[in-house]
Amino acid sequence: MTAMNMVQALNSALDGKMNEDPDILIFGEDVGYFGGVFRVTDKLQEKYGLTRCFDTPISEGGIVATAIGMGAYGLRPVVEIQFADYILPAFDQLVSEAARLRYRSNGDFWAPITVRVPYGGGIFGGQTHSQSPEALFAHVVGLKSVIPSNPYDAKGLLISAIEDDDPVIFFEPKRLYNGLFEGRPDDAVKPWKNHPLADVPEEIYRIPLGKARTVREGSDVTVLAYGTMVHVALSAIEECGIDAELIDLRSIVPLDIDAIVESVRRTGRCVIAHEASRYGGFGGELSALVQERCFYHLRAPIERVTGWDTPYPHAFEWDYFPGPQRVIDAMQRTQEV
Amino acid sequence: MKNRTELSLYVPEPSGRPGDEPDFSNVALQDAGEQRCPDTLTPEIELRDMPYGLIRVLDDEGKAVGPWTPDLPADHLLRGLDAMVRTRIFDDRMFRANRQGKTSFYMKSSGEEAIGAAQSLCLGERDMCFPTYRILSWLMARDYPMTALGNQIFSNAEDPLKGRQMPVLYSARDYGFYSISGNLGSRLGHAVGWAMASAYRHDDSIALGYVGEGTTAEGNVHEALTFAGVYRPPVILCVTNNQWAISSFSGIAGGNRTTFAAKALAYGIPGLRVDGNDFLAIHAATNWARERALGNKGATLIELVTYRASAHSSSDDPTRYRPKNEDKAWPLGDPIERLKQHLIVRGDMTEDDYRELYEDCEKRVRASIREAEAIGTLGQSKPSVKAMFEQVFKEPDWRQIEQRREVGY
Ligand SMILES: Cc1ncc(C[n+]2csc(CCOP(=O)(O)OP(=O)(O)O)c2C)c(N)n1
Ligand SMILES: [Mg+2]
Repeated sequence: MTAMNMVQALNSALDGKMNEDPDILIFGEDVGYFGGVFRVTDKLQEKYGLTRCFDTPISEGGIVATAIGMGAYGLRPVVEIQFADYILPAFDQLVSEAARLRYRSNGDFWAPITVRVPYGGGIFGGQTHSQSPEALFAHVVGLKSVIPSNPYDAKGLLISAIEDDDPVIFFEPKRLYNGLFEGRPDDAVKPWKNHPLADVPEEIYRIPLGKARTVREGSDVTVLAYGTMVHVALSAIEECGIDAELIDLRSIVPLDIDAIVESVRRTGRCVIAHEASRYGGFGGELSALVQERCFYHLRAPIERVTGWDTPYPHAFEWDYFPGPQRVIDAMQRTQEV
Repeated sequence: MKNRTELSLYVPEPSGRPGDEPDFSNVALQDAGEQRCPDTLTPEIELRDMPYGLIRVLDDEGKAVGPWTPDLPADHLLRGLDAMVRTRIFDDRMFRANRQGKTSFYMKSSGEEAIGAAQSLCLGERDMCFPTYRILSWLMARDYPMTALGNQIFSNAEDPLKGRQMPVLYSARDYGFYSISGNLGSRLGHAVGWAMASAYRHDDSIALGYVGEGTTAEGNVHEALTFAGVYRPPVILCVTNNQWAISSFSGIAGGNRTTFAAKALAYGIPGLRVDGNDFLAIHAATNWARERALGNKGATLIELVTYRASAHSSSDDPTRYRPKNEDKAWPLGDPIERLKQHLIVRGDMTEDDYRELYEDCEKRVRASIREAEAIGTLGQSKPSVKAMFEQVFKEPDWRQIEQRREVGY
């Protein structure tokens, strides 16, 4: 075990898999010599050579298209899109191609690709370095969407994503890369070092896709979250004293529906938290599922804590970001009924 | 099975990395004055050699030579120089302001100031440019208030974009400056559409769009070029080839197989390759393309060969991926020094005059930034949170209204 931040844990996953499997290729903008703008692919070119970890033209559509072609041939590409905000030029490739290649060819061809994408706010990145577009992809049948919240999960989930024979979008909460963030911008940065989930084995291990993690057990309300919001929610729970159960979904496709239903049936209340804007966000899907499956157990309306229905605004980062106070307010509303 | 060798994957590499000597021998140069200057209405088919040459006017001594020499009065050149110098000083000060935590982010255009300045002064008031984040000198040349730039960069209460945009992603319609987005390449098609609209209305306004050489790889860019070739709109499409795209050298965008200007050939539009550090050459080539556009002959692609002399942005450290002192070794020099030298050679300026101009620029920049700082830097002052919910649509819908109330505005 070594204490790793999320960047190091992801790097360790890539390194371990590249070492084991020569069919794994890594490419993307600035990932080669430079090791990525967030340093996740640091030293991989040096270690595995120019043809296994290389820079690409600035063409997200081209990156994903060539990854699909390589994957169809039999390789296992792991590509980086520099920011989730810039995945949209690749949207057609992901939606019309990666997601459906297997289905439409009856298994003749498939796309065993992993698309790594730093996402989320909290870094004063304005509208084009802060977005959380997971709902757009969750809506696409045939794509998996994984979102880790800590170094240990990041490594285990990335390894599972790489080994998965279907296309996986791996959303990395960039605000958590180098330290813990609880949605309290005035607090000093908390390094990962002392966090139990920063204890990351050097060797390969897997966390299955579609298995949620119960971060905290409780009986008053179930809080569903993923990525950065897991820590925001936990901090909110600790502050307000409500005995909430917190579930880190880890992946939204596949979704651990059993864990959600079991918990909400027990607590009778549900709060859903995500950074993305509210309308049509993934919280809407979760809310519908909970209502469909737990209706007779619900004792209060389901609450959503999300970004507002505006683009992500630069100066209003902390007015937009769904911080701990908003999670507390929502949990309290569920207790009042 | 003759002439076969085992296949291997090719990945291009730059001529140097940290620790290596700078080497620009792969940049195809041509001496000032050598490139021919065809008539602006020449059919495209007769222009197909142009993308491989290099239009240059200023020679090493600062003399203007050759057929592209524009006939520009001294005050035009001085205005350009003033804009370039203010851009450089403003950039340096704002970069430092970022280091002091006064702004979240900054991007300099050092080494590339001639481009926006020359083109801004060449185009008309009603023409529209579709800029990248490295075209600040366009606004400087049109005397956009520097305090307003500062307010945007600090996201303070007077920010003309109401705190919604990251620093330097300006918008200034009245100055012929289209809204910048962080997404690369996505506005080149807007420039083409703008120009198509102008043609449709039998107007006389043209559009000018920019992308970096790295960005030429985006599908958006090729879509824009296709439309520009098909509909022959009055548009000038510029590739600012500053050799680097963050840590990726221009070869990663295909730049060591051919020139970026030569991309034009496949779309059936003229491509000009221009010394991007030569104010006069930029003006001349832009004016050529403008005349051609206004002659209803359609689009031109212009590659501006330049060098990104500083870091990609305030979040970047170029010493990690490119040779030290590359900027000093750049064969096309410093655009400010070259224009200054030209004015001196022409007899329109002395070293003392330049010093005076520089000090005056410094004074104006300093005063403007002070004024913006007095309103407030990042976090000290910001527009009303109400602004977060405005301009999503022309009229807010119930979501913005409800949510605005929820936060108490
Ligand atoms: C669609 C998209 N992909 C990636 C990025 C991240 N990014 C920002 S600037 C940049 C490099 C751009 O290089 P170039 O086009 O050469 O312009 P330069 O910065 O050199 O002026 C990259 C990759 C982005 N902003 N937008
Ligand atoms: Mg560039």
